[in-house]
Amino acid sequence: MAAQAPGLGTPKLPLRVAVVGSGPSGFYAAESLLESKLVVEIDMIERLPVPYGLVRYGVAPDHAKLKSVTAVFSEIAQDPRFRFFGNVALGRDIGAEDLAAMYHAVIVATGADDDRKLGVEGEHLAGVHAASAFVGWYNGKPECADLQFDLSQDVAMVVGQGNVAIDVCRILAKPVDELRRTDITQHALDALASSRVREIHLVGRRGPVQAKFTPKELRELGTLVGWQVIVDPACLDLNQQSQAELKHPDFAHAAKNLGILRAFAANKPEAARSIHLHFHRMPVALHGSGRLQQVVLGAQRLQGPPAAQVAVPSGERSTINAQLLFRSLGYQSRALPGLPFDDRKGVLPNRNGRLQTAAGQCLRGWYATGWVKRGPTGLIGTNRLDSVETVSQLVGDLPSLPTAKPGRDALLGVLGGKRHRIVAFEDWLAIERAERARGLLADKPAEKFVRVAEMLAAAETSGVV
Amino acid sequence: MTHVVTDNCRQCRYTDCIATCPVACFHANDVRVYIDPDVCIDCGACIPVCPVHAIVEEFDLPDDQQHWVQINATAAKRYPLVRAKLPPLDGADAKRAALGY
Repeated sequence: MAAQAPGLGTPKLPLRVAVVGSGPSGFYAAESLLESKLVVEIDMIERLPVPYGLVRYGVAPDHAKLKSVTAVFSEIAQDPRFRFFGNVALGRDIGAEDLAAMYHAVIVATGADDDRKLGVEGEHLAGVHAASAFVGWYNGKPECADLQFDLSQDVAMVVGQGNVAIDVCRILAKPVDELRRTDITQHALDALASSRVREIHLVGRRGPVQAKFTPKELRELGTLVGWQVIVDPACLDLNQQSQAELKHPDFAHAAKNLGILRAFAANKPEAARSIHLHFHRMPVALHGSGRLQQVVLGAQRLQGPPAAQVAVPSGERSTINAQLLFRSLGYQSRALPGLPFDDRKGVLPNRNGRLQTAAGQCLRGWYATGWVKRGPTGLIGTNRLDSVETVSQLVGDLPSLPTAKPGRDALLGVLGGKRHRIVAFEDWLAIERAERARGLLADKPAEKFVRVAEMLAAAETSGVV
Repeated sequence: MTHVVTDNCRQCRYTDCIATCPVACFHANDVRVYIDPDVCIDCGACIPVCPVHAIVEEFDLPDDQQHWVQINATAAKRYPLVRAKLPPLDGADAKRAALGY
């Protein structure tokens, strides 16, 4: 073959990629690019001054081992071919069209920040919250820092059947002394210390076989000192389709979950505080004058073939006098300015990670990974696999991408022209050191800054080690 | 608590686990893989992706399988770290079928 012009990803023509978002999927996309044989320059932009997305703001503070995955991300970030641009938001500080003009490829890894609503009467009442807001609040997410949760109530309900729903139950129930040595924010610790919640109802539309929580999280509920998990054994009777699902690969956790639930169902009620697990129930109305006082639950019945059963209302109603409700029906992504969005699925329209227009046309040079690509499913590691797929699409597209892109210099030029405060990875390390120093005073691994201004102030100490 | 790779991996070594592991805790020899308990963060992402159900959370290990905890801990230190998926071993599909998966 005749000599070709140097391809993208060679020393003469480094592949310049912007990654938008610094949670697990963004970092794994960067890792996958760094491990390719290509010559790459990766710039990761993050709207907050601090990295790690849902590992910082989603993973529960009492799951410290899971959070230690940040050591992997920190190592990726310190590769000389990688640069972190914290405090830079797509749509606020830089436009999608700017990034498209600057980089050969843009990988969107912005996750899923919004929550799904119940869509029932009374959802506006005080005491009705998104679980994601509660999680953001106890984890110190700036946009949740000023929320108030009135924990002076006796009875709480959590609606959902995933690990987030279980996290919320557990944080509400866990003896506060067991949380004091975690990096939970002080405002949450103070509120939880005076919590009067003594009865929690975990409610979900589907049955024990279809529930999405993992056995590990479910089992942990049974270990909370002073609390007892109560399950009606009748809920664990399975229809034929659910029995068939137990053998289906998509229901890998179901058999184990069922075993744990059967052990819970054999408990005799004796503890003063209780977590009640309800299956085949869904709120149909929320009542109260100003504040939530009562939840009306509608019974549900599963119908359809195995692995495709849907819950349909069966007509019976019951009530629970709960004053607090946390809905945890799944996250959905937010539309990003300048990019197409699939409202129905709550993700960026894409095929295996290649962004598409609403009409199904490929949006050249644009990619997605993680929750904004596939929806809010899977565990942290699932995103590594997902990002490998996206990056392999990108690498396959290299011959078709326009080559003349200025990359990092252009980004620095635009942000510098606005005198924008960019938080570099070293600045984040300074913020992290400051958070750890604050933690030492309270015997915690860290006391997180919950305001962007505080984070930026701490970043100014960068270099003064 | 950690996660361990049991005997089902031997002569299969599909390594889907390695592709999905968020940290660097899988080590491999010529016939199978092992999890380094000092590195594993117990996320559990590897369990459902194993075609032969070889990976088990320590908590769920039956009594007669407890020796796998020590075997993984020791062997992980002996064999090299692997970060990317390897081709399955010849005969992997036959062993998988023999295991009933």
